[in-house]
Amino acid sequence: MDNHEEVIRADRLDLTFQTNDGPVHALRDVNLTIDKGDFVSFIGPSGCGKTTFLRCIAALETPTGGMLSVNGMTADEARRARAYGYVFQAAGLYPWRTIAGNIRLPLEIMGFSRDEQVRRVNDVLQLVDLEGFGGKYPWQLSGGMQQRASIARALSFDADILLMDEPFGALDEIVRDHLNEQLLALWARTGKTIGFVTHSIPEAVYLSTRIVVMSPRPGRITDVIESPLPRERPLDIRESPEFIEIAHRVREGLRAGHGDV
Amino acid sequence: MRSVLPVLTVVAVIVALWYAACVPMNIKGVLTEAERAGAAVQPEGAGARRDLPALRLAINNGFAVPATWAQDRPRLPAPHQVAAELWDTTAMKKITSKRSLVYHGWVTLSATLLGFAIGTGLGILLAVGIVHSRVMDMSVMPWAIVSQTIPIIALAPMIIVVLYSIGVQGILPKAVISAYLSFFPVVVGMVKGLRSPDAMQLDLLRTYNAGKAQGFWKLRLPASIPYLFASLKIGIAASLVGAIVGELPTGAVAGLGARLLAGSYYGQTVQIWAALFAAAILAAVLVGLLGLLQRLVLTRMGMA
Repeated sequence: MDNHEEVIRADRLDLTFQTNDGPVHALRDVNLTIDKGDFVSFIGPSGCGKTTFLRCIAALETPTGGMLSVNGMTADEARRARAYGYVFQAAGLYPWRTIAGNIRLPLEIMGFSRDEQVRRVNDVLQLVDLEGFGGKYPWQLSGGMQQRASIARALSFDADILLMDEPFGALDEIVRDHLNEQLLALWARTGKTIGFVTHSIPEAVYLSTRIVVMSPRPGRITDVIESPLPRERPLDIRESPEFIEIAHRVREGLRAGHGDV
Repeated sequence: MRSVLPVLTVVAVIVALWYAACVPMNIKGVLTEAERAGAAVQPEGAGARRDLPALRLAINNGFAVPATWAQDRPRLPAPHQVAAELWDTTAMKKITSKRSLVYHGWVTLSATLLGFAIGTGLGILLAVGIVHSRVMDMSVMPWAIVSQTIPIIALAPMIIVVLYSIGVQGILPKAVISAYLSFFPVVVGMVKGLRSPDAMQLDLLRTYNAGKAQGFWKLRLPASIPYLFASLKIGIAASLVGAIVGELPTGAVAGLGARLLAGSYYGQTVQIWAALFAAAILAAVLVGLLGLLQRLVLTRMGMA
């Protein structure tokens, strides 16, 4: 996208947790803007605050300092305006609801009409390649399919922003490759702004238009890498020199973050 | 089917132990009766026999052993005596008869079911309150626990007297005692069940900006159903105990508790044991029915 419409903006964001062992600086001086249609990955070792930052955007955590705006509102206003869909590491489908029933959950809560619910459920089932599975219960599906259903659930109410917290972290490599490919296709079709937390370098490089490298203690951004890769990305792009070069830079960034702790 | 053999083996062992136990328990009474009827008993005289071990007596007077399983009023009735009494007072009596265990069982069962319904309803309401209000969590839970430390046998007469003095009698006082025993497992189970959704599930609802009521109906309540059924099974058995205990202090004329009481007044041990077994069978049937309902509901919900 050429028009750099700003969707998320973090200005000197701080988040300090008070614990029994003293304050923990989960985020320190985080500055970042995410434009509409961006696919931004957050990568870093555990404790670097990547998930915490995503949760701040979702207003599941409250920053203790700095400014954060989402769609021009505060994060909490954006949450109440249902500005984003959130995908957790575990699919977290309700075992007592069918796949369609699970995808319908946010629609019921947000008060969509019956007809609209049916239409949207069918649409997103198609979007994540799960047509025909609406009547199945979660335990009847594989882990990868369950995670796809949870992505469909996050997409069903058509928020502009999709926040994903290591959504494929618990899946095996082959399933993960497949889902990464599908996610890119989905992103191309819907034009959503995606925030994606991962600890896999190839995953981050393959998916993102921008890669945010973070490091721990205190959690902060050490590098932001603009990807020169085209938006259209077949899986074998991962063997191209450009890909390997970016991956190398990410790895360097991660190492540097580790070095100065 | 493969579990039939072990189950039958255990039952056979219990029955055999029971028959064996009847011998030392009943031998003195049998020998006294036999001596009175003119049989030669070693040693002679009830006084001489009183301090001897029962097993010695049984060995010395082998002829008397079969009689220990056939007394009219044994200390410990033999299994077949209890079974015969059960058969006689259920299948062979009209169910409207005062001597029918079906009649007495129904009297107790009706109070049990009413008390169970009250206790379950109360338990669920309290659990909902406890989960949603910190004040209730702090104030109600301790009292619920304290309530269960008071022996019901001490409390039951007071409940009945108090209710009688305000004009409540009949089935309700017994049901209140049933409810008193059965609400507790429901409270504990439901609190655990309503709190069972993890932080991620609650976060998910937050991202939808769902209200508390929506969170309750769509997440907490369905998640608590398996816990509820586990509690209901404990609760219904407790309810039955409550109804029986409720019949004891009033000198009730009907109900399994009344049969126990009458049996102990008149030394009708067979009747006591038959009533006890009737209560046990009733409890097993009730728990079994709840188990069936649980399977049905959870299958319907896609969770079994």
